[in-house]
Amino acid sequence: MRLLKQQIELKDGSGFATLLPEEPEDMPNDLLRARAMRRVTKESDSGSVASTRIALDLTIRVTSTDFDVGSGQLHVAGKVAAESEHVKLGSYHTLDLELQRKFTIEKADGWDSVAVEMLREALDATKRAEVWAVVMQDGLANICLITEHQTILRQRVEVPIPRKRKGGLDGHEKALEKFFSTLLSTLLRHIDLTVTPLKPLLLASPGFTANSFLTYLRNYATTNNNKPLLALVPLILVAHSSSGHQHALAEVLSSPAVLSKLADTKYARETALMDRFFALLRQDDGRAWYGPREVERAVEKGAVGRGGGVLLISNALFRAQNVEERKRWVGLVDRVREVEGGEVRVLSSLHESGKRLESLGNVAAILTFPLEDLDEENEEEGGGEAQGQQNDMQI
Amino acid sequence: MPPKSGHQRVKQLGYDGDDLYYDDDYSDEGGGDGLSPEDKEQMRQGTIQVKAALASSISVSDAEIQEALWHYYYDIDKSVTYLKSKSAKVEEKKSSGKLDILIFGLKKLFPYPIPRQSSYKHVAVSAAEFFNDTPWLNVPIHRRGEIIVEPLYPRGGLLGGSSKPSKLAALAAARKRKQREDGVASVPDNADTSHDKEPDRAVALLDRLSLKDRAKEKAPPSLGSSEQPEELSKKKPRQTRYPVRRKKSPSPPPVQRREEPSGPIPEPSAAIEIPDLRAPPSTFAAAMIGANRMEPQPRPLRGSMFSLPYIHNGWFTNANAFAGPSPDDIVMNAQAKGQKSKKVPSKQVNGGKSTNKLTESVSSLTIEEAPKVKSKNLNVLQEFEKSNMKKTASFVVIGHVDHGKSTLMGRLLYDLKVIDQRSVDKLRKEAETIGKSSFALAWVMDQTSEERSRGVTVDIATNYFETEKTRFTILDAPGHQDFIPNMIAGASQADFAVLVIDAGTNSFESGLKGQTKEHALLVRSMGVQRLVIAVNKMDTISWSKARYDEISQQMTAFLTAASFSPKNLAFIPCAGLTGDNIIRPPPDGTIPGNWYSGPTLVEALDASEPAKRALSLPLRLTVADVFRGGVMNPLSVSGRLDAGSLQVGDTVLAMPANETATIKGIEVEGEPVDWAVAGQITTLHLADIDAVHLRLGDIVCSPAAPIKNVKSFQAKILAFEHVVPMSVDVFRGRMNAPAKVTKLVAVLSKQSGEVEKKRPRIVQPGSVARVVVEMEREMPLDSGTRIVLRADGATVAAGLLESV
Repeated sequence: MRLLKQQIELKDGSGFATLLPEEPEDMPNDLLRARAMRRVTKESDSGSVASTRIALDLTIRVTSTDFDVGSGQLHVAGKVAAESEHVKLGSYHTLDLELQRKFTIEKADGWDSVAVEMLREALDATKRAEVWAVVMQDGLANICLITEHQTILRQRVEVPIPRKRKGGLDGHEKALEKFFSTLLSTLLRHIDLTVTPLKPLLLASPGFTANSFLTYLRNYATTNNNKPLLALVPLILVAHSSSGHQHALAEVLSSPAVLSKLADTKYARETALMDRFFALLRQDDGRAWYGPREVERAVEKGAVGRGGGVLLISNALFRAQNVEERKRWVGLVDRVREVEGGEVRVLSSLHESGKRLESLGNVAAILTFPLEDLDEENEEEGGGEAQGQQNDMQI
Repeated sequence: MPPKSGHQRVKQLGYDGDDLYYDDDYSDEGGGDGLSPEDKEQMRQGTIQVKAALASSISVSDAEIQEALWHYYYDIDKSVTYLKSKSAKVEEKKSSGKLDILIFGLKKLFPYPIPRQSSYKHVAVSAAEFFNDTPWLNVPIHRRGEIIVEPLYPRGGLLGGSSKPSKLAALAAARKRKQREDGVASVPDNADTSHDKEPDRAVALLDRLSLKDRAKEKAPPSLGSSEQPEELSKKKPRQTRYPVRRKKSPSPPPVQRREEPSGPIPEPSAAIEIPDLRAPPSTFAAAMIGANRMEPQPRPLRGSMFSLPYIHNGWFTNANAFAGPSPDDIVMNAQAKGQKSKKVPSKQVNGGKSTNKLTESVSSLTIEEAPKVKSKNLNVLQEFEKSNMKKTASFVVIGHVDHGKSTLMGRLLYDLKVIDQRSVDKLRKEAETIGKSSFALAWVMDQTSEERSRGVTVDIATNYFETEKTRFTILDAPGHQDFIPNMIAGASQADFAVLVIDAGTNSFESGLKGQTKEHALLVRSMGVQRLVIAVNKMDTISWSKARYDEISQQMTAFLTAASFSPKNLAFIPCAGLTGDNIIRPPPDGTIPGNWYSGPTLVEALDASEPAKRALSLPLRLTVADVFRGGVMNPLSVSGRLDAGSLQVGDTVLAMPANETATIKGIEVEGEPVDWAVAGQITTLHLADIDAVHLRLGDIVCSPAAPIKNVKSFQAKILAFEHVVPMSVDVFRGRMNAPAKVTKLVAVLSKQSGEVEKKRPRIVQPGSVARVVVEMEREMPLDSGTRIVLRADGATVAAGLLESV
C-alpha cells in the first residue's frame, strides 16, 4: 500500500487518506472515493434514450464489502454520497478496488486508533515475505500462498490412492506416482518461476510424503532440465505436519525449523503468540481467557495491562458494519493500549493464527495475573455483564 | 439379424445423384423381343421346377432362374447347381465391402460419363449376339466373379451394350409386370420395411444419434401414409452419411434378399419427374460380371420405355434397395413442398417417435453389454446359520514403532506355514543385500518399496491364517506416530488387539510414553475390549523373569486405568525373531529356570471369544480401500461389514456421494462368496458406479436405511489432551475429515455421566465432556459411532457420537 495523500486529524479523527493498494488487503470503510466506470443513461428532450459508459470519480458511503481472494479485488457497494452531473445522490454503485488503482477513504465517524494503526501497518513496505506452502498426505495436498496478511488456499489436489493390498501393490505405487505428477503440474501452474527473487516453497507432510515429493520434483527438474525449477530446489524446505489438511499449516509454521527461516514475519509472530496463548490455556491457571465477555471482564479488572498483558483480537471484528459493534472493540483496544498499557495484537482472520483465534470467539487475552470464574455469569446470559462483577459461585 | 453391411449403406448414400449420368448412356438400348410360345411354356415349367429344387435354401429371383434355364437349355439340374454356387459366391463377395468403397470413390471422381464410351453406344451387333455361341459352361464360375473390379469405367458401354433386351429379359419384364399388378395390393409396403428395419435399426439409430437433428430438419413432411414415418426415419440418416466411416460394419444379411425386390421400389407412380432412360446390363454383361453389386439403382418402371430384365435378381436389387428416395418419396417430396406448413405436426410426431425408439434401443444395447447381476435372493441370515461357519476373528497388532509387530506377525505366518520357506528365503536374501537382514520377516507384511527401504510399516497389512478353532485376520498396524490414521483404520476393523511391547531396556519405557500408550487408549476408545499383550524380544533380555514381571505389572496398572478389565488382558512373553513361544513353547533351556509355562501366543489368540455380530441392523460398511480389482472388476472396495448383511446382486448406496451401486461379486479372505455378514472383512466388486463417488472412509449402506450426511454433531468425548474450541481431524475408520470443535457444552462426571460444569473454558485431559463438532464438509455419521479427534499429530480425544 502506498499513501499518496493524507490528512487526518488525530485529535478528532477527521480527515482522509488517498491510497494505492499494492497488496490484496485493505478494508475501506465509510466514505470511499475512487475512479469508476458507470453507465449513464440520458433522456433527450425528444424522448430518445442514449446510454454511454463514462469514467468518473465516485464517492460512495460503504454499505457492504466483498473481498474476492482469488482475483484480489475488493467489491465495495454503497450509496453515492456526492452528487455529480451524471450520478444522483443516493443511487447505488459498487466500486471495484483492485491493485494499482488509487482510492480515497474518509471516515464518517472519524479515524479511530485501530483504523490508523491498520493504515500504518498496511503502509509498512519494509519486509514482505511470501512463501508457498504445500501441506500434504498420501492422496491429498493443499497448495497455499502465505503472505504477510493472509494465507490463501490456492488449490486442493486430491488423487485416490489404493492402499497396499496383497497382490495389489502396483495400484498403490502407480497412484502415488500419479498423485505426485498431478501435484507438481498443479503447483507449477500456480508458482511463477520467472519472478525474482523466487519465493521459498515449504513442503509439509506426515511420514515421508513430502520427502518423496521433493525427490520426485528434483528428478523431474533434472530429467527435463527445467532450469527455473532447479533454481527453486534449494529454496524448498521440508517440514513435518500431522496431516495434509490446511489447518495443519499452523503446526508447520510454529515448528522451529520453519520459524528460524521465517522468523520476524508478521505471521510467524502471530503464530508464536497463539502458541503461547494455548500453552497458558493448557496450564489452566486462569491467566489465559478467550471469548468476548470474558476478555472484556478481564480488561475491566485491569488484568490485561503492563507487564505481559496481551490482547489478541481478530481483524474480523473491525470489519463489522455495525458501528456499535466496531466501537465496542475499538474501545477495548484503546483501553488496553492507552489506559492499561498492555500489548494489542490484531490478527488477520485470513491467516491460520487468525482462524485459530476465530474458533475462540475472535478475541482472547493473556492476563498479567490469574483470574477465575470470568465465565460463571454466562448462565444468566449476560445478566451481570455491565457491572463485570465477579460471581462468587464455586466450581 | 445382423445389420446391413457397410458398403451397402455407402452406396445408398451416393447413388441417387451420379448414377443417373452414365446410365443415360444406355438410354436407347434394349427393345422388345419375344420368346416363342413353346419357349415360354418350357421356361415357365422349368422355373417352377427349379424353384422347388432350390426350395427355400437359397433366395433366387425368377429372372435368375429363367436366365439359368435359358443358358442350360432348360436343363433343370444344371440350373439348380449353377444357381446354388452362384448365390454362394454372391454372399462371399458381398462381405468384401472395401472394394466397393474404392470403386465408389473413383466414380465420384468421374461423375460424368467418360466421352469415349459414347462410341459404343450404337454398336450394330449386340455383344450378346456376338458371343452367343460362346461355351459358357467352360468358364469356371469362380473366375467370373473376379471381374467385379472392373467397373472403374462406366459400365455397360462395352459389355452391356445390347441394342435390344434379350428374349429372356422381355420375359422377365412381362412376368414382373404381371406380378406387380396383382402384388401391389397383396404385398403391403410395411411388410418389407419392417423386415428391413429390424436389422438396421441398431446401426441406423446410432447414426441418428448424431444426425438426427439434421435429418429431421431435412425430412420432408410426410403425406400421412401409415408407413411414411418409418420410411423417413430409415432413409434420412443414410443420405447424410459419409461413406468411408462405415467400412467395418459386419457383412450383409443374406436373409433379406428375397423380400426386397417386391418392395416399394418398383411401385408404379403416375407422376415421375425423372425420365428413366437407363438400360440395365445385358445378359452377357451380367454373365461376364457375375455378381455385380454395382448395379444402378432400381427405378420406377412405368415411366420407362423398356423393361428391366434383372430387376428381380436378389443380388442385383438388394444392394441399393433404398439407396435414393423411392418413387413415393420423390412424389411426396414434391408434394410436400407445396404443403409444408400443414405437415409440421406430423413431422414432430415423427421425430418424437424416432427419439423414443432411439432411447429404447440405446438402453437395450447397454443392457446387452452389461447384463444385470442376478440376485440369488438368499436369506443371508439363514444361510449364515446353516453354514455353521468356523469361528472368525480379526485382530489388530499395535504397539510402539520398532517394537517388532511386523516381524512377530511374519514369524507367526511363517511358522504356521502360511508363508512358504521359499518366499521367506527370498525375502532374507533381499533384506541382506540392503543390509537389513533382521527385517526379512517383517517384509512378509511390509510390501511396498517405501516400507522396505525405510524399515517402517506405513499402512495396514492384512493377512489370514487359521488354527483348529478359528480363522484369523491379521491387521498389522504401523507403529509410527505419523501413521496413526492408518492404525485407526486398522483398529476399526478389529475384534480384539494384540499389543506388542519390546521388553528391551529403555524400549518399553519409551514406548509407554509414546504409541504403546496412545494405541492402547485408542483401541479401547474404539470399542476393543480384549487385549493380548505380547512381551516381545524376550531373547534380548535372556528371558529375564524380573523384567517380564515389571512390564506386566506396569502395563496392568496402566491398562486397568484405561478401563480395560483385568480378565480381558493376557500377557505372553515371546520372541518374534527367533519364534519362541509363538506357536510352540521355547525349547528347553531357553528360559532360565523354566519360569513360564503358560500358553503360547497362538493359544492366547485362540482363547478369544467370538465377537457379537450386528446381523439384524441395517447394512453399514466402512470403505477402507478403493481399488481396481482386475480386468473383470474395474472397481472394488474393501472394508469391514460393521452391521447387517449383503449378497451378490444387492443394490447398495455409497455415502456421502449418495450414489447407488450394484454388487457384482463378494470376496471374503480372497475367496468369492455369495453373501457376507457383519464382522467379516469383505471385498465388494461394484458395478453401475463411478470411482469418483467412492473415497476412503465412505460408508456403503442399504438404500432402504441410508446413513445420514452430517455437518455438525454433538459427542461425548474422553479427552486425552486439553480440548478447547479448535481445529481437529475427525477419524472414523478410514475417514479422516477436517473439523472444528465449536462449543464445549459441559464437563461430565466420569462415573455418573452427570453434568459437572456447564460451558467449560477448557477440558482437561482425562475428563469426560460433551462438545459440539462442526465438520468442514458433510460426512456420513450415525449416532452411536465411535470417533477419534486428533490435532497437531496427537490424539486429542476419543468419543461417541450422541446426536447429529
